[in-house]
Amino acid sequence: MATEERRRERLDRGIKVRTEGIYAISTWQEMAYLLVPRLVLILGILMLPLVIPSLYWQRVISIVCIYALLSLGFDFLAHFVGLVSLGGAFFIGVGGYLAAILSTSLGLPPALTIPIATLVGGAICTFLLLPCLPLRGIYFAIVTLMYPLVLAKIIEALDILGGTDGIAGVASFQSRWVEQYFIIVMVIISLFGLRRLVNEDVGLVFRGVKDNDQAVRASGISITLYKSIAVYIASALGCLGGAYLVHLYMWAGISLFALDFSILPIAATVIGGGGTLVGPLVGSFILVPISELLRAFGTLRIVFYALILMAFIVFGSEGIMVYAQRKYHQFERWVKV
Amino acid sequence: MDIIIYGTINSIALALMALGFTLVYGISRLPNFAHGALYVITGFIVWGFINTLGLNYFLAIILSLAITGLIGAAIYQFVLIRVRGMAISEIIASYAIALAILEGLRWGGFKGMTYTLPVFMEGGVEIFGVPVDLQRLIVVGIGIVVVAFLWLFTHYNKIGLALRGMAQDERAAMMLGIDSDRMAVIAMALGSVLAGLAAVVLLPLGNIVVEAGYRVLIFAIAVCIVGGLGSWVGAVLAAFIIGFAQIITVAYIESHFHMVVALLAIIITLILRPSGLFGRQKELEERV
Repeated sequence: MATEERRRERLDRGIKVRTEGIYAISTWQEMAYLLVPRLVLILGILMLPLVIPSLYWQRVISIVCIYALLSLGFDFLAHFVGLVSLGGAFFIGVGGYLAAILSTSLGLPPALTIPIATLVGGAICTFLLLPCLPLRGIYFAIVTLMYPLVLAKIIEALDILGGTDGIAGVASFQSRWVEQYFIIVMVIISLFGLRRLVNEDVGLVFRGVKDNDQAVRASGISITLYKSIAVYIASALGCLGGAYLVHLYMWAGISLFALDFSILPIAATVIGGGGTLVGPLVGSFILVPISELLRAFGTLRIVFYALILMAFIVFGSEGIMVYAQRKYHQFERWVKV
Repeated sequence: MDIIIYGTINSIALALMALGFTLVYGISRLPNFAHGALYVITGFIVWGFINTLGLNYFLAIILSLAITGLIGAAIYQFVLIRVRGMAISEIIASYAIALAILEGLRWGGFKGMTYTLPVFMEGGVEIFGVPVDLQRLIVVGIGIVVVAFLWLFTHYNKIGLALRGMAQDERAAMMLGIDSDRMAVIAMALGSVLAGLAAVVLLPLGNIVVEAGYRVLIFAIAVCIVGGLGSWVGAVLAAFIIGFAQIITVAYIESHFHMVVALLAIIITLILRPSGLFGRQKELEERV
């Protein structure tokens, strides 16, 4: 058999290696190599509402940003800490109901309810998830799967918090541009904040928890503590999205616990490329508008996400951003073996 | 007396729901989140055979159980086998399958009160002054038969013994010539048939609704966690604990708290004894 004895070799581009140390940057080309992708992303998101004049699609951008926050949280938990959360709806629901209660019964403005709902909501979610944090395995996935279903059932059965009618009359934002840009800026801050975080010392511990928890424990670091910090960050992001959503719709109801909030972020992460933190953002910007276009199909959309998800996982696809980053940072050539 | 009799029935119903899940997890370490979806789809297949093809009830049940078994085997063979051992992907893939099946059924218009299966036998009897209809007695009977069958199957049959070998130590089993993937397919098919059997026996007591898929999954998981994941004895015992707890809450507190009891059971177990009642050999593995 005369098979060609060659394989493809991947090497980092020289410019990537040179730009890795910030002190070694000396040319405009190297600066551009670092800055252009980041600026394209930031300016692109910031410009988007200005480019799209239609009010309906501007609203869709806000929804995209909520999903982007959730997906960021999912990606962070799944690929940096090793916890699979199947319950994005849980975070949205807790944050949303908290903001709605604060707004309607205490009459607080959104400028106060959203930060409170984010911080307190994150704490509530973390506390409720605390029992499964000392364990490894599938417990976290199971418990996060159950909470949204059970909480929706409790609200429905006990008729508390407005029951099936929900809480109406939540305050809205002062102006449309505040409403629009608040969430966009939050998404950008969370994205770059998380990217910074995972490269700090804390991020190293998180990755240690994912890869080899025994070793982390042997170093005298409490796994439960670090897992709860990570869960707090991710659930606070989700609660922020939920609180914003409630103020956007001026209404909170059981639909905050809907399955879409759980499954779409997972699909967005898998499509966009897990472990990159930019990927989930890109994934949400692709999936949510498609899902808006398919609104007429109702629950078939969930089937559609589920099938995409399955295809991406089964065929071992790496996702858009992983691919793009590889092309950007590395070149390929054929070498003789 | 009410509580004892209905608690027993409820417990056995829970055990029926959970056995399939615990079997698959115990043997191939695969959390089959599509368990509830398989439960619901069996109900609809039986309904379809009876009402559109006009088949005999008994024949319809046998056929639909066979189909569910094949679906389960296909799910493993074509999807899950590729992500074997990758915990994150296993969970997401099987959950995605469950969502695709359940939401697909919901979109297909299978909702509302119109879908019911006939009971096996009409009528009822009184046990110690408590009226019980025959269908519930059949649930108890089939539950006992299934547990007995599983015990015999895994102790006196070559495939059953191979399955147990896999459950105990997969590598050693492979060294002794047991094909781990084939056994996992068999386990998955068997688990699916058990989910289907639970559906066939339990669904005549109410309507077939898509939401049952999520409920059954949660109950199955609750039973498995309380009993210790992968332990059959534990599952049966845990089914009795949760079953009685549910009936007691329904009788004395509030009738909508089935799910809350299941969730509380999980949380309490995770706090007090994370490996469950009978999950001792895995204790080191799961507790960090």
